[in-house]
Amino acid sequence: MTRDDIRQVILDILERIAPDEDLSNITDDVPFREQLELDSMDFLDIVMELRKRYRVQIPEDDYEHLATMQGTVNYLEPKLKDVVK
Amino acid sequence: MTYDTLIIGAGLSGLAAGVRLAYYEKKVCILERHTTIGGLNSFYRLRGHNHDVGLHAVTNWRPPGSKTGPLSKLLRQLRLKWEDFDLAPQFGSAVAFPDVRLRFTNDFVVLEQDVADKFPSQADGFRRFAAHLDELDLFDADPNEISARQVAGEFISDPLLVEMLFCPVLFYGSPTPNDCDVRQFAILFKALYREGFGRPRAGVRPILKALTRQYKSLGGELRLRAGVKRLLQDGQRITGVELDSGETIEAKNVLSSAGSAETANMLDGPNVDWPGGRPEPGVLSFVESISMMDCEPKDLGLNDTIVFFNDSPTFRYEPPTEPVDVCSGIVCVPNNYHYDRPLDDARVRMTALANSAYWFGLPEEDYVCEKAAWFERMADAACRFLATDFRPHATDLDLFTPRTITRFTGHTNGCVYGAPRKWRDGRTPLDNLYICGTDQGYLGIVGAMLSGVSIANAHLLRD
Repeated sequence: MTRDDIRQVILDILERIAPDEDLSNITDDVPFREQLELDSMDFLDIVMELRKRYRVQIPEDDYEHLATMQGTVNYLEPKLKDVVK
Repeated sequence: MTYDTLIIGAGLSGLAAGVRLAYYEKKVCILERHTTIGGLNSFYRLRGHNHDVGLHAVTNWRPPGSKTGPLSKLLRQLRLKWEDFDLAPQFGSAVAFPDVRLRFTNDFVVLEQDVADKFPSQADGFRRFAAHLDELDLFDADPNEISARQVAGEFISDPLLVEMLFCPVLFYGSPTPNDCDVRQFAILFKALYREGFGRPRAGVRPILKALTRQYKSLGGELRLRAGVKRLLQDGQRITGVELDSGETIEAKNVLSSAGSAETANMLDGPNVDWPGGRPEPGVLSFVESISMMDCEPKDLGLNDTIVFFNDSPTFRYEPPTEPVDVCSGIVCVPNNYHYDRPLDDARVRMTALANSAYWFGLPEEDYVCEKAAWFERMADAACRFLATDFRPHATDLDLFTPRTITRFTGHTNGCVYGAPRKWRDGRTPLDNLYICGTDQGYLGIVGAMLSGVSIANAHLLRD
């Protein structure tokens, strides 16, 4: 998957977790928390959805990399590079 | 075959936990002893009418599309839509004491203003109390409890106002007599007063149906008439369950919504060292009546959705020595919500504290007759706080007691809000046995579902 594919995957997941949020104006270098009403339960869900869809394991110590869209894509890029979209 | 998790009880908490586990592809089965789902919030059909047990109102009401609050959090977690619950907001409710009445709606300002009008000297204290409750960490799992009355007393000096604010809160969820833990109080205060009441047009059924549909579509299994007789124990672990039929099922984890004492009774292995002693069941139970009406209650002047009444300046919330405590109670008119079209039938429901031991000990031949007699006393008491006596317009009556509650839910003493001691993090002394539901500690319809979701998230999804 390319960076754009990964970004789209995250948007799909956010759409699923938080269907009442407007995701069209996400700024990639600003924390999700500052743009969306997401709590720790929702963050757990992002991690769980990634595991469910792509079998990516994300240890709890790495959650800090998922604060922004940019950070998340950076973090996932090597893990998902061989995954076919 | 071994399940990842077996869930005991197909009530709101068990079903909600099941949805989470099934969504993340866990092999999960819900075991329910009764012939239908729902547990403490179930439903039945009698003489041509559909009735709810439990639910007067879904607390935590928020307008559809809200992004914050427990209801929105819950819908997200269950991957359900606002339309799945389809809550209609209430008309408005009241706390009625002998010479004073406080009105509250789904707009907190109404209550604030009414407090300011009726208790001018307390207006500021009330606002500060409400703000203090907002700031508490509600999900702090610390087992040490703090008296909500003590905290209220630090802000509000008029004991009558304290009693009036506590009356609905205790009635709608306190597992302990006369007072409750301040976190529990804060959760209920927000759920009742800040957010308010809603109800699906068809009562609790659509909520249970939405959960069950979601659960089954994700591959979750649900077995009715499958009561768990024993938890099979191997040292500090549970290896599975034995059903009433003798069948055994293996599982890596068991999540029980049956109640902590009830769950402890299912263990048959070596003695288990429960911190703080073996769990005891709660003691607070209720009688509830449903009167079918020949007209819309509001045509008789019954305009409130729910009235919490108490006939003296002090509210006693404890098991009564009499069979039913007729000093206080709740009157609920399910018709008084803003539905898109009126309900097909009309009813008035009443709830009052009951003495469980009395109702359990009553000989069969006296039971029906005593129910009828206590209904009249409850209605006499309640009607003093209503615009009119609704009984001349009642066409049918059903009444249930603590005995009914135990028969259909398995909860000892007909206990509705669980044991006083909560297991907030869901853990038990056994490695892979967890508790959700009333004895975990989140209450109300939304709270019950969040209880299942939180414990599933915390312990049963991460491996």
